[in-house]
Amino acid sequence: METWAFTAVAEGVRKELILRRRPGPFDEETSRSTSLATEAALIRAAEKAGAPVAPIIHLAEPEDGLGEAHITARISGETLGRKIVSDPKFETVRPHLARQCGQILARIHSISPEGLPLKSADALGELDRYEAVYRHSGAERPILELAFQYLRKATPPPIQDVVLHADFRNGNLMVDPDKGVAAVLDWELSHLGDPAEDLSWLCVNSWRFGRSDKPVGGFGEYQELLEGYAEAGGAEIPLSRVLYWQTLGSLKWGVMCLMMYESYASGGTTSVERPMIGRRVSETEIDLVHLMEAGL
Amino acid sequence: MIEHPKAEELVEAVSKWIDSVRPSLPPRDAFLARVAVNVLGVVQRELALGPAAEANAVRRLRDLLGQEGDFQALNAQLCEAIRSGEMGVETPGLLAALKANITEQIAIDQPNYVSVRPAT
Repeated sequence: METWAFTAVAEGVRKELILRRRPGPFDEETSRSTSLATEAALIRAAEKAGAPVAPIIHLAEPEDGLGEAHITARISGETLGRKIVSDPKFETVRPHLARQCGQILARIHSISPEGLPLKSADALGELDRYEAVYRHSGAERPILELAFQYLRKATPPPIQDVVLHADFRNGNLMVDPDKGVAAVLDWELSHLGDPAEDLSWLCVNSWRFGRSDKPVGGFGEYQELLEGYAEAGGAEIPLSRVLYWQTLGSLKWGVMCLMMYESYASGGTTSVERPMIGRRVSETEIDLVHLMEAGL
Repeated sequence: MIEHPKAEELVEAVSKWIDSVRPSLPPRDAFLARVAVNVLGVVQRELALGPAAEANAVRRLRDLLGQEGDFQALNAQLCEAIRSGEMGVETPGLLAALKANITEQIAIDQPNYVSVRPAT
């Protein structure tokens, strides 16, 4: 996926915009990601539901000659997680972010899935998928083995599926020093599923940027997140359900790190970054041990 | 075998050199150079801490499984025991052994990574 920042100038008016464009072919049926047309529909629906987004300005038509693409407004702010959790610039807004994230998620989860070609995923489906990837890698990691077993035994009771953002974490949020979350970015992994999946991904320790003491994104508390969620009309979600999905989130990220290492080991990529990411599996393993020790 | 320069010193020299040319590199290469310095940091720590960490891990796995063997054999055996359901979070000593092993591993991989047990 290409992302281009550009400035459009017309009749003396300058507009700061973002073009997202897929250079290659794409099959929405088989992909985990949504098409850019679906992403645009989602962003519009999220905006209507009251979630902060970078509004869609234009969805490319074939005659535009851009291929699959859309243009959004460019929202100013910071996306770097480390800065959001530590830069003094965000000191005043930081204590409000967790509650705000809860409210935003409740609004996203209120979107009607009708007409949106989204797939659904539940905990067991995700475990199957990531376990298959892990087995295929040939890695022998006892903590990952244990986490798969533990999560399979503890699947939470069924719950009404909602529209999930599915990559809602510190790093995909445009944060303004005065307003807080100014836009939720990167909608391409959106699917239908358990609301706790969205609430928990933000709490995975890998996205706290060194502020492990602040479980929500490195800036807030679980209670603030869940209160914000309920205030904005979200269902009552018990913390144990969030911790379940947080454990699954750490496991997923661990398997993804393994996959990125595999792409180096198999000769697919030569970048020095890929093998180094392989050494990030251990961060998810220490987190998984802590989560399993604490229980649900 | 020679005593000097030690492997740690050779790695350190390369790491310092990369650091010295980093400011003159274009942004993408400067970023990758920083990653390369981090990679060499892992190598240095593995050279210094790896042998003791592995010996400790082998001792813990031996105690847990009641079997003899090298790290690879014991680790594979433990994975199989968990996969088959023979061992789980309730197995006495399992989480403690895994925690001690991963704590030594993270000291090599990412010594500054902070992980805390959630307060539930």
